[in-house]
Amino acid sequence: MGTEFWVVAEHRGGQLRRPTLEALGAARQVAQAAGGKTAAVVLGKNAGNLAAELGKHGAARVLWVDNDNLDVYSSGGYTHALAELARAQKPDAIVFAASAQTRDLAPRLAARLDTGLLPDCIEMNWDASDGRILAKRFVNSGKALATVKARGTPALLTTRPKAFAIASDTGGTADVVRCDISIDASHCFGKVKQYEQPAAAKVELTEADIIVSGGRGLKGPAEFAILDELAAVLGAAVGASRAAVDAGWREHAAQVGQTGKVVTPKLYIACGISGAIQHLVGMTNSKVIVAINKDADAPLMKLADYAVVADLFLFVPALTAELKRSQK
Amino acid sequence: MKIAVCIKQVPDTSATLKVKPDGSGVDTEGLEFVISPYDEYGLEEALKTKEKMDAGEVVVLGLGPERVTKALRSGLAMGADRAIHLADAAYEGSDALATARALAAALKKAGPFDLIWAGKEAVDDGMSTVGAAIAEFLGIPHVSEVKKAELAADHSSVTCWSEVEGGTAVVEVKLPAVLTAQKGLNEPRYASLKGIMMAKKKELVRFTPADLGLGAEQVGKSGSRTEVLKVEPPPKKQTVTKLIKDLEPEAAAKELLRLLRDEAKVI
Ligand SMILES: Cc1cc2nc3c(=O)[nH]c(=O)nc-3n(C[C@H](O)[C@H](O)[C@H](O)COP(=O)(O)OP(=O)(O)OC[C@H]3O[C@@H](n4cnc5c(N)ncnc54)[C@H](O)[C@@H]3O)c2cc1C
Repeated sequence: MGTEFWVVAEHRGGQLRRPTLEALGAARQVAQAAGGKTAAVVLGKNAGNLAAELGKHGAARVLWVDNDNLDVYSSGGYTHALAELARAQKPDAIVFAASAQTRDLAPRLAARLDTGLLPDCIEMNWDASDGRILAKRFVNSGKALATVKARGTPALLTTRPKAFAIASDTGGTADVVRCDISIDASHCFGKVKQYEQPAAAKVELTEADIIVSGGRGLKGPAEFAILDELAAVLGAAVGASRAAVDAGWREHAAQVGQTGKVVTPKLYIACGISGAIQHLVGMTNSKVIVAINKDADAPLMKLADYAVVADLFLFVPALTAELKRSQK
Repeated sequence: MKIAVCIKQVPDTSATLKVKPDGSGVDTEGLEFVISPYDEYGLEEALKTKEKMDAGEVVVLGLGPERVTKALRSGLAMGADRAIHLADAAYEGSDALATARALAAALKKAGPFDLIWAGKEAVDDGMSTVGAAIAEFLGIPHVSEVKKAELAADHSSVTCWSEVEGGTAVVEVKLPAVLTAQKGLNEPRYASLKGIMMAKKKELVRFTPADLGLGAEQVGKSGSRTEVLKVEPPPKKQTVTKLIKDLEPEAAAKELLRLLRDEAKVI
């Protein structure tokens, strides 16, 4: 019997979201160990053109549910479509990239299918002894690491952004299978009426390779401009501590930490952030950490790979200028 | 309008946690417990709605051991009208799905509710599952990670704003519905002394699985669909901090860039 591991493709505006390829990378690696195949599920109107990209990255099949009622995301419609598809085709597991949409969808699907959901996994391995996926995920905001398994089929798992390498290019093509599922408007509760976009496109915090983050040491909202400038030169996203968010200097969307986002960029540059434990749990797994602080004894200065003891108002503009000079 | 708020009690966020040597979980001995922060945003929103309408009821409910009574009393002290505690040895070991199943059964028994709030996730197990799963078990819609909610004038629906990657999603659902609270929704109040006194006299009922018509296979470990095999301390990155100090800004900047390029190789 062929085992199959599914990845649910997330797309917006006709574009595949990059974390989907990370989920596909995770699923492919498990499928390989299990001697199974990977398939990608594409829900949505006219989303069939994503199949080429998914095939190229190793999906053997693309299951495409093309339905007018799936034109935009709805928790009801997507849950219905995936549940029907899973009941009919019985995959071993369904993998999603963790995202706002996935966090809305996957738990509802788990309840409907009466199966286990393991969110935000950082590792997945095939356990041949019982034919289940053994996964690792952080608990208690990263203060502990749990090894977990799902009971029930299909197992549902989500991949934490940047924890898995994107599926390599195999140059393959997927068999596109059109799946007919009857979906009417009554299934589609929780439909997104509108996406409000900020004026300027921003690098998504959880997906950024570099993050420049500011805290209370910035002193005010206008002063964040020096971080925006540094970020622009580095192609980085701008984050913030809770102190800066609660003061109204930055949106909550930028907050890093226990009650904000957990980020794992290649490079995290903290400016004027002391490093309270609730902040540390959000960024401690960054590959390289730079802390800039007047106070050499601030906790973040001890955790950092590079700790710069300086006044950030002098140092950050100098860093930006130096970067610009060397990029010329 | 009847509003329910699901509350989870979790270790204090500032606590340093120890993992039990046998790998079975986090050592909770001597830990302070608090209401999970996101649940507080949900409760604040429920209380605000009730105050605005000057009518209705706010009920807090939670599942867990004896100590959870304290979290529920804190909810009552903030202003909730009554509390429901799913307390019974049979609930022990319930994962997010088993918890949601039991909470949904309690909400059915004590309801019907027009609006149900939960936190977007509990900061201990971080499963972000319970709210949406309750909605599924009750057969009603849900919206996750709500940072702003507006009830329609006739209270038949609610419009929600949720942060998504690269923007904000606007979703409208019919009531009854489950909403999960994100930070930014409001600023939770502190309980007043009067509130704390009054909380002692407010009703707190307990439901066993049998009270909710749940069989042994639906709760605790047997009702769970996930299992935790091992809990260990997170991998510690060995860092030797390199200090850059006592340099002029330009020299310090040059030195940092050199290290990031040649040593760390991240830019
Ligand atoms: C339930 C709960 C949840 C929380 N969740 C989060 C969370 O998600 N994220 C989070 O960040 N916090 C969170 N916190 C708050 C956390 O405890 C800290 O209060 C917060 O992180 C402090 O922010 P900060 O480092 O910016 O400010 P501070 O601690 O005030 O640090 C400011 C730093 O800036 C330095 N500084 C000042 N001026 C300069 C200058 N000119 N040049 C260089 N350095 C300078 C100072 O030396 C200091 O180290 C939470 C707290 C609780 C109770």
